[in-house]
Amino acid sequence: MALHVSELPEHPPAGGCSAGRCGTDPARLAALPEDMRRRVENHPCYSEDAHRHFARMHAAVAPACNIQCNYCNRKYDCANESRPGVVSEVLTPEQAVRKTLAVAAAIPQLSVLGIAGPGDPLANPERTFATFRLLAEKAPDIKLCVSTNGLTLPEHVDELARHNIEHVTITINCIDPEIGAEIYPWIFWRNRRVRGRAAAAILIEQQQKGLEKLVERGILVKINSVMIPGVNDEHLKAVSRTVKAKGAFLHNVMPLISDAAHGTLYGVMGQRAPTADELARLQDACAGDMQMMRHCRQCRADAVGLLGEDRGDEFTMEKIAAIEVDHAAALARRTAFRAQVAAEREAPRSIVETVATAVQPLVFHRPAKAAAGRAVLIAVASKGGGMVNEHFGHAREFLIYEVSAGGARLVERRAVDIYCRGSEQCDEETNALSRTIRVLQGCEAVLCAKIGIEPWGRLEAAGIVPNGEHGMEKIEDAVMAVWRGLLTTGQLGRATDGRLERRISA
Amino acid sequence: MALKIVDACVNCWACEPLCPNGAIHAARPHFLIDAGMCTECAGDHADPQCAEICPVEGAILDANNEPTNPPGSLTGIPPAVWAAALAATAVGSSR
Repeated sequence: MALHVSELPEHPPAGGCSAGRCGTDPARLAALPEDMRRRVENHPCYSEDAHRHFARMHAAVAPACNIQCNYCNRKYDCANESRPGVVSEVLTPEQAVRKTLAVAAAIPQLSVLGIAGPGDPLANPERTFATFRLLAEKAPDIKLCVSTNGLTLPEHVDELARHNIEHVTITINCIDPEIGAEIYPWIFWRNRRVRGRAAAAILIEQQQKGLEKLVERGILVKINSVMIPGVNDEHLKAVSRTVKAKGAFLHNVMPLISDAAHGTLYGVMGQRAPTADELARLQDACAGDMQMMRHCRQCRADAVGLLGEDRGDEFTMEKIAAIEVDHAAALARRTAFRAQVAAEREAPRSIVETVATAVQPLVFHRPAKAAAGRAVLIAVASKGGGMVNEHFGHAREFLIYEVSAGGARLVERRAVDIYCRGSEQCDEETNALSRTIRVLQGCEAVLCAKIGIEPWGRLEAAGIVPNGEHGMEKIEDAVMAVWRGLLTTGQLGRATDGRLERRISA
Repeated sequence: MALKIVDACVNCWACEPLCPNGAIHAARPHFLIDAGMCTECAGDHADPQCAEICPVEGAILDANNEPTNPPGSLTGIPPAVWAAALAATAVGSSR
């Protein structure tokens, strides 16, 4: 499966960006060494900034797996769900390359092909590496990456390096075999099924060895960790410290997805998922030691498009068969798109540098203590591109910004319906609206491109200010304008949300 | 003596490259074992490789038509709990 986890430190973060809690935001990106910045700036899964501009796709060429996770069900064929490990059709390497080239021609934002399942890419090494080899011949500008459980990673590091893989994600949920035994019922190792603590011990050793070898090679490693309340939540802080010490680049703590209808052990046995607040607290706790990823969308193993959108339906093998691709023209479009993004980035970066020379490097992120107006959480409905451009009723997730006099910062995203909940709950608009309003709890305003009369009234009744006046504006500009509006109308006198108070006083 | 793949198979390919006899091949609706070629890995491995890696309970039967991985043996979900979950939700075909 494509799920992968780990976590970080124990100290509460200092305020603002001083301790790296902002992960790979633009200012942080600018501060990276040149070679590293070059490697992450166009990868949507490694850079908060890149995910606004660039698209990725996953090629489902790797059906086999060599371990079992308690959050996974190996029946992966569901077209209606969006979660790791789920795909609609498994592809051969040749089909995967044809699909990638068709997508790269239709979506010039495409910068990355990842292989993330539906099993484990390195449990299917022939299929995985054949895909990379064939694609590198035809579209050498597309970055290649893999997401693995790590069991056979050490023996494949040399080959990954030979294929110029610059990004590898390892799912690390634990470094303690006792905890691992509660997450992994078995692994397949040296021609035998190994169970329990012994299995977890082998897996952990292989993951750590793989991490070390990748770092030695200079390959960027992202650690994914699945937060499982009562199983590994506290432990993930130790995991984070360990992987950070070994040189992992980024840590992505993701919430467990658990639903009995998925037929997973956790789902059927009633293991609960973390709340949005529990997840944010753990991410905060881990952020002191290491860059945290907060924009993960937990995509399907065959997702296509910008993070948060899935255009896979447009590129089934059947539809691709009918597409004629001019590869040279497609490459030219991608190259032009990247040049345009680079030019757009130059402008804000030079502003950051100017401010830095004025000895106020944190001004964009950390409000001065005397600044008027408290920080508030504002939700945004966006289809991507860094714009307020989604209809309230169509939004499947909201980006949550913490906004204050010092600026706006993406702190989390909240899914409305990340996966199918079963037919009995579909088409019940009233319930869907109630769920959405619950998801927006703690936010004081929500920005969207358009909104209907009914949700408008329900939001107001819930104390959340709906706002459709900033459609097609840049998110940062729009949320700042709304914040200033709240300030002007005297609504920013005191904090009302416990979590926000904690954030502000930290 | 030969093992057999039945319709619980999810076509995940895990077993195919492990077979020392090349007895497993992709087919629809599910993978198949050529009974004439299967040795249950005798002489090659301590345990039949397809049965060792198969992630799906009940997908591979032994020569007595007994599942090599009976219900509950791989997922850890007690069969009674699984039956209750089946009755309560639409999990249906997932195993």
